[in-house]
Amino acid sequence: MFRKVTPGDKALSFHFEGGVCSAEPGDTVALALLVAGIDSCRDSVVSGQPRGPYCLMGACFECLVVIDGVQNLQGCQVQVREGMVVTRQRGGRHALGDTLS
Amino acid sequence: MEQAEIVIVGGGLMGAALAWALAGLGHDVLVLDGGDLDPRASRANLGLVWVSDKGVGQPDYAILSRDAALHWPAFAAVIQEETGIDLQLQQPGGFNFALSEQELEQLTANMATIADQTHGELCSYEILDREEVRVRLPHIGPGVVGASFCPYDGHVNSLRLFNALHLAMTKRGVDYRPQRPVELIEPTDDGFTVSGAWGAVRARKIILAAGLGNTRLAPMVGLYAPLVRSKGQVIVTEKCRPFFPSVSGALRQTGEGSVLIGESQETHTGSLAVNHSISAVLAERAARVFPVIADLNVVRIWTGFRVKTPDGMPIYQQSETHPGAFVMLCHSGVTLTALHALEIAPQISAGVLQPRLQPFHARRLHVS
Amino acid sequence: MSASLIEHADRLAARYDVVVVGAGPAGLTAATQVAAEGLSVLVLDENLAPGGQIYRAITLRAQTGRDYLGAAYWDGKRIADAFLASSLTYAPAARVWSLDPASPRDDEPYARIGVSLGGASRHVQARRVILATGALERPTPVPGWALPGVMTAGAAQIALKSAGLVPSGRVVLAGCGPLLYQLAMQLQGAGADIVALLDTGPGMGSAWQHLPQFLFSPYVIKGLSLLMSVRRRLRVVSGVRHLAIEGEAKARQVRFETERGTETLTADLVLLHQGIIPDTALANSAGCALEWNESIRAFQPKVDVQGCSSLAGIFVAGDGARIVGALAAAETGRAVALAVLAQLRAERAEQFEQQRVDVLKRSAWLQRGRRFIDAAYLPTQPFLAPEDSSTLICRCEEVTAGTVREAAKRGACGPNQLKTFTRCGMGPCQGRLCGPTVVELLADEGRISPAQVGTYRLRAPIKPLRLAEIAGLPATSAAIHAVTGVWPLTPKTHPAQIDRELSNDR
Repeated sequence: MFRKVTPGDKALSFHFEGGVCSAEPGDTVALALLVAGIDSCRDSVVSGQPRGPYCLMGACFECLVVIDGVQNLQGCQVQVREGMVVTRQRGGRHALGDTLS
Repeated sequence: MEQAEIVIVGGGLMGAALAWALAGLGHDVLVLDGGDLDPRASRANLGLVWVSDKGVGQPDYAILSRDAALHWPAFAAVIQEETGIDLQLQQPGGFNFALSEQELEQLTANMATIADQTHGELCSYEILDREEVRVRLPHIGPGVVGASFCPYDGHVNSLRLFNALHLAMTKRGVDYRPQRPVELIEPTDDGFTVSGAWGAVRARKIILAAGLGNTRLAPMVGLYAPLVRSKGQVIVTEKCRPFFPSVSGALRQTGEGSVLIGESQETHTGSLAVNHSISAVLAERAARVFPVIADLNVVRIWTGFRVKTPDGMPIYQQSETHPGAFVMLCHSGVTLTALHALEIAPQISAGVLQPRLQPFHARRLHVS
Repeated sequence: MSASLIEHADRLAARYDVVVVGAGPAGLTAATQVAAEGLSVLVLDENLAPGGQIYRAITLRAQTGRDYLGAAYWDGKRIADAFLASSLTYAPAARVWSLDPASPRDDEPYARIGVSLGGASRHVQARRVILATGALERPTPVPGWALPGVMTAGAAQIALKSAGLVPSGRVVLAGCGPLLYQLAMQLQGAGADIVALLDTGPGMGSAWQHLPQFLFSPYVIKGLSLLMSVRRRLRVVSGVRHLAIEGEAKARQVRFETERGTETLTADLVLLHQGIIPDTALANSAGCALEWNESIRAFQPKVDVQGCSSLAGIFVAGDGARIVGALAAAETGRAVALAVLAQLRAERAEQFEQQRVDVLKRSAWLQRGRRFIDAAYLPTQPFLAPEDSSTLICRCEEVTAGTVREAAKRGACGPNQLKTFTRCGMGPCQGRLCGPTVVELLADEGRISPAQVGTYRLRAPIKPLRLAEIAGLPATSAAIHAVTGVWPLTPKTHPAQIDRELSNDR
């Protein structure tokens, strides 16, 4: 859905839903997912509709994902780190963590 | 001048419940309500249907609350039938958690007092120790030293209750008019004239259900509604999957999944601003009760003023000097809604409040 | 000298002379100006680097080979560099979640700012606060706007500026406002495949009365040449109505109507825009009075000639006060800084006041022609208050235009009562994506002005905050008493303690 105008030479890798994606240092999770062709990162809380990044500036709360087990994080506000594990935010979060879903 | 049989001043849970019920009894009802930013206890509450420790030293109030809780299932069923809205009523019994031995002693004493003063009518509570609480609620934190449990307690979705009551009363023909703040009520030969900057209407009967506004309006029709300042503050988290299948006096999870936390009372301030220090205490205690919620995001903190009398009990009264004028106020508007609709509205309809409501006459509050 | 960067709440001082919220052109300029006079300055900003949205990532990315961003973008480099060379404290990635004005009872009046930084929260005090919170894009409620593959024009610009990203499929731009045209040029310059720009705006007709003034605007040459370039290079469709995005799990096509009939375009990415409006969340939550600006149809903080809000000590600068554009925003930031300096360095008030007059002149010059731009790009009514009842208004709670209109008919007399009826505005975005539309819908239903409708009353935290962070804030004994009914201190010591705490504890 998005591509780098000029691909950089440094790359980080992170996991999304079991697959491996790459990003450049400084990229946010939301942007890195868009580059990986993933436009939907969560299912809405009320009806379960697929949603994806909308504003990329921290206002809309549409790009919520689970990062290294921490739920409901705004993907546009977190930079990718090497080896990061990202999963879809499926509806409301579990207060009891992912282990008790 | 426009005329209505019954004018209700206030369209919150109190006014709407009475309007709905009175319309059902065949009355012609007009509800005059205030504006968007008026103080409204109906949108600032935890949504508890609560009996537990209510009415220490006030057995009539304790029993009234219990009876309200007993009315709830029938009331919620009728509302759902008329509107299709599920009020998410659940009455699984409620806990009050103690975070110190001192708090547990206080809870124990309160529950015993209520049982004693109601002559055993409200004796079916339990006091649980640390282990007994953990057996019932596996996610409880190690800081909880014990709890009281009352089988009558429950909760309801109070936003849906408000919305459903408004829908239901309109369906029953109630005329609801917002942005009609009442400035003056004047008794006439055959009723009352109610007026504001918007104009005036005539009414045969008038019910003051104006929350904090009752204090100002009541004397216009020979009634008395003294209130004390009592500010509450509630923390609301993001939605999460169910983790607390019961309810407590300070914390509940709504049907949508949000956790509501609040048990504070401030008496020194008239400002609606959030008190961060109180937020800290509320959050710290809630996270000690349920450590699993510590990482939830708080999406909102709001404050509101309780409609609270000096002794905390409701006022239900008809004016002696101006019969046909009633004042109806309480600070447990959610719990008591079912009772207001099913029990008190018929008495207003008949024009006579029953002796059971005598303890809630405002004369008890007169400074002698 | 250089700005001292802090990454954790522990490193915040308890008190600063001036706290600036936001590091866009207004915030950067204001902070630089105040710091130059030796006052202690803290700048709190949500982004990871200075620049705000307009100059986003200006200090991070290589300047070469980015011609597509345009010369105007690089104007920000000078402002950001001067800021980073200033003697002040700068906290990027900071989330400001509360603002309380100084209590009139306090001897030394300090406002309090709640900030989350590095996973912990605390409150800092400030003698003066400068809000430079910038603008938000106005919501763009059309059928299908919540589908993946639909983003704002601003989002695409952020992707381009901050990570050098360009859309890889077929792109449709739709809406109205100068940013849409600017983005079209930037994306095309960067190699995007733009199928069409669908202009939903009112056209120039309504703006002619402001044209003479616009001819003297600093934007006139740039603006007109931009319009002409876009029209020369891209397909621009004017007079677009009934815009809808269609697709099952993601956007597949855009349907719209013009005078010539209905048309459908296949798209992989749809970028929507309906202009920008002040981000008033923090000012609103603090209790600053807001006023309705009919020329852009938005609420903005009410400010006096000094740039001070209705609350003493809280100033507002830049697009967060009134939409003026990046160049003028920087000047309003400078003007507000000088007003603050005149108060805090009273012995030199006259000098600061003189400078401020000059700055205001420059700012006014930079704003000439604004009325023309506002009028020419004001969204048309159906994009402000959607007519289609199934259009989603509150994306968080999934409330539609039909539900909002029906609640209005049933007596939901304002945005705050509407919440009680519908849950509209109660989700994590806290009304940012529905508030402006709700106001328009209620105004439309009630046949009244949005000024009469009012807007959401916001409370802290204005952005979600972990419960544990709130639990970690200091608790006074008065607060413990308010919750537990028990004083944590001995009776002998508590009365004085309580008095002190009550006055500090708001």
